[in-house]
Amino acid sequence: MAAVTTTTGVRPVRRRFSLGRASAWAMLGLILLITLLPFYWIVRTSLSTNSGLSADPTNPLPTGLTGSGFERALGLQSAKEAIAQGGAGGGLDFWRYLLNSVFVSTLITGCQMFFSAMAAYAFARLRWRGRDKVFGLFLAGLMVPTIFTLLPNFVLIKQLHLVDTLLGIALPTLFMTPFAVFFLRQFFMNIPMEIEEAALLDGAGKIKIFFRVVLPMASTPIITLSVLTYITSWNDYFWPLMVSYSDSSRVLTVALAIFRAQTPATGVDWSGLTAATLIAALPMLVLFACFARRIVSSISFTGIK
Amino acid sequence: MTVASSSPPSRVPLRGVEGTETKPKVGKAREHVGRGDGALAALFIAPAMLGFLVFLLWPTLRGIWLSFTRFNLLTPAEWVGLDNYVRMVNDPIFWDSLTVTVEYVVINIGVQTVVALAIAVLLQRLTQSAVLRGLVLTPYLMSNVVAGLVWLWILDTQLGIGNEIITALGADRIPFLADETWAIPTIALINVWRHVGYTALLLFAGLQAIPSYLYEAAKVDGASEWRMFWRITMPLLRPVLAVVLIMTVIGSFQVFDTVAVTTAGGPANATNVLQYYIYGSAFGRFQFGYASAMSVALLVVLSAITVLQYRLTRAGQTDLG
Repeated sequence: MAAVTTTTGVRPVRRRFSLGRASAWAMLGLILLITLLPFYWIVRTSLSTNSGLSADPTNPLPTGLTGSGFERALGLQSAKEAIAQGGAGGGLDFWRYLLNSVFVSTLITGCQMFFSAMAAYAFARLRWRGRDKVFGLFLAGLMVPTIFTLLPNFVLIKQLHLVDTLLGIALPTLFMTPFAVFFLRQFFMNIPMEIEEAALLDGAGKIKIFFRVVLPMASTPIITLSVLTYITSWNDYFWPLMVSYSDSSRVLTVALAIFRAQTPATGVDWSGLTAATLIAALPMLVLFACFARRIVSSISFTGIK
Repeated sequence: MTVASSSPPSRVPLRGVEGTETKPKVGKAREHVGRGDGALAALFIAPAMLGFLVFLLWPTLRGIWLSFTRFNLLTPAEWVGLDNYVRMVNDPIFWDSLTVTVEYVVINIGVQTVVALAIAVLLQRLTQSAVLRGLVLTPYLMSNVVAGLVWLWILDTQLGIGNEIITALGADRIPFLADETWAIPTIALINVWRHVGYTALLLFAGLQAIPSYLYEAAKVDGASEWRMFWRITMPLLRPVLAVVLIMTVIGSFQVFDTVAVTTAGGPANATNVLQYYIYGSAFGRFQFGYASAMSVALLVVLSAITVLQYRLTRAGQTDLG
């Protein structure tokens, strides 16, 4: 509004800076180019043949347009076929890892959101002795870097005989993260007390109020946080690397690193590797495309707290 | 700002007339809400409490305890006092990896903060487009593993498009990730690529809180954008910048994924960052006690940095208001 009313007065100033503005736009354009071009290059590589890639490394278009990279990544090629086309023939099946990733991320996101929301409600709206002290303890949990708990948590998962299971991967973040509890508590505190009071007067119990009033009213922050949690657990590498040893619990990030390590004698299977990379990255890009506006505008809140 | 300046007049009548009525109402509601919540609260808090105690508090304490033991995962941990710490202090590889990690953090945070600030200011001063903000964020959606592999391919010495461009410009091919001096800066910049958009949006959010009339007024006075940046943006963004710096530095010290997929600590330990060394000690050599001791050292370093940065940048104070 203020900008509209002052444009006439500012116009000469703006014109003087038009060169500056142009170079500022150029700079932003350059940054976007560096940000986005690698994505195109991965698509281009994944649709190329390995022989084409080494013969013509600078071609901006796929060399020898083919889907064989994807076939190798999805385990649709026989080992012989794969080796002939520059693959390792290691029999990695990215369908399976994709399903594992979906399972783990969905389990973590669903449970973590639900349990964190319950705890956040108890901290925000229920009255009980020691509430603030317990909340302070949860907050202190924010100070411990995740990475510090990984080794001892691995020892624990091993004692529970859950190594190499999807549940073992999900368990440490299944119940809560201090951040999720803190984040949701902030939102619940902002829901007007009167709405809950009205529901109470209508004879609804607290549990009913939580499910029928509080959760629906906080659906926007819950969805935003869920998407961010999903992306985080999908992209996690270090913890699944510790816990998973075989196909049964292998998630995409770990599988990608193994694919990379299985370098055939002829050199890295770039076509197959970039195809696998796309398979791992695409679901998050689609998820983000659906919720982008919401996430972008809420990052202010999640980050600064 | 506008909210703050308009609220005092409305607050006065509220306190005088309605305030006396609403206050007991709130108190009454609190009392009402407070009746018999203990059992329900226990039920609601139970799952999160279980997770907190078992997978956060207990591992933290256990991690510290393990650092005083010899433990290979197969036989029970054996108390060895300060042995692991003595060994750590005398371990040249530990000091090397700490140095490498610090080098990584300095490059990573230095470049990332400057570029993120540039992106945030450009977005603030040029456009309010949410689409552009979304595009800036896209690399953040990739895992570190994916980001590492993408750049491993682009920077490949023989076939990578990066080196093709370099040779087209007349320079020699650079073995980015296979060279001792290039490897750490390269990994640091790969992670800048992945994280800079997120950092920029955090700073952008901070910039949104700076009242636009300050810029309007400065413009009327004929101030240049450069001057406005140093006189308005930087001083008012400082508290947000400080918080973002603390967050990103802590994250940066935990670098592991990118190293694991691109260089595996090499060449010749040039990228053997602390977290990678810790992982190798635990899962390669089964020295869980020693690995825990190094983790505790990292924890101490991170806590110290947090406190120091908080003090130095006066993160708690704001120049706004």
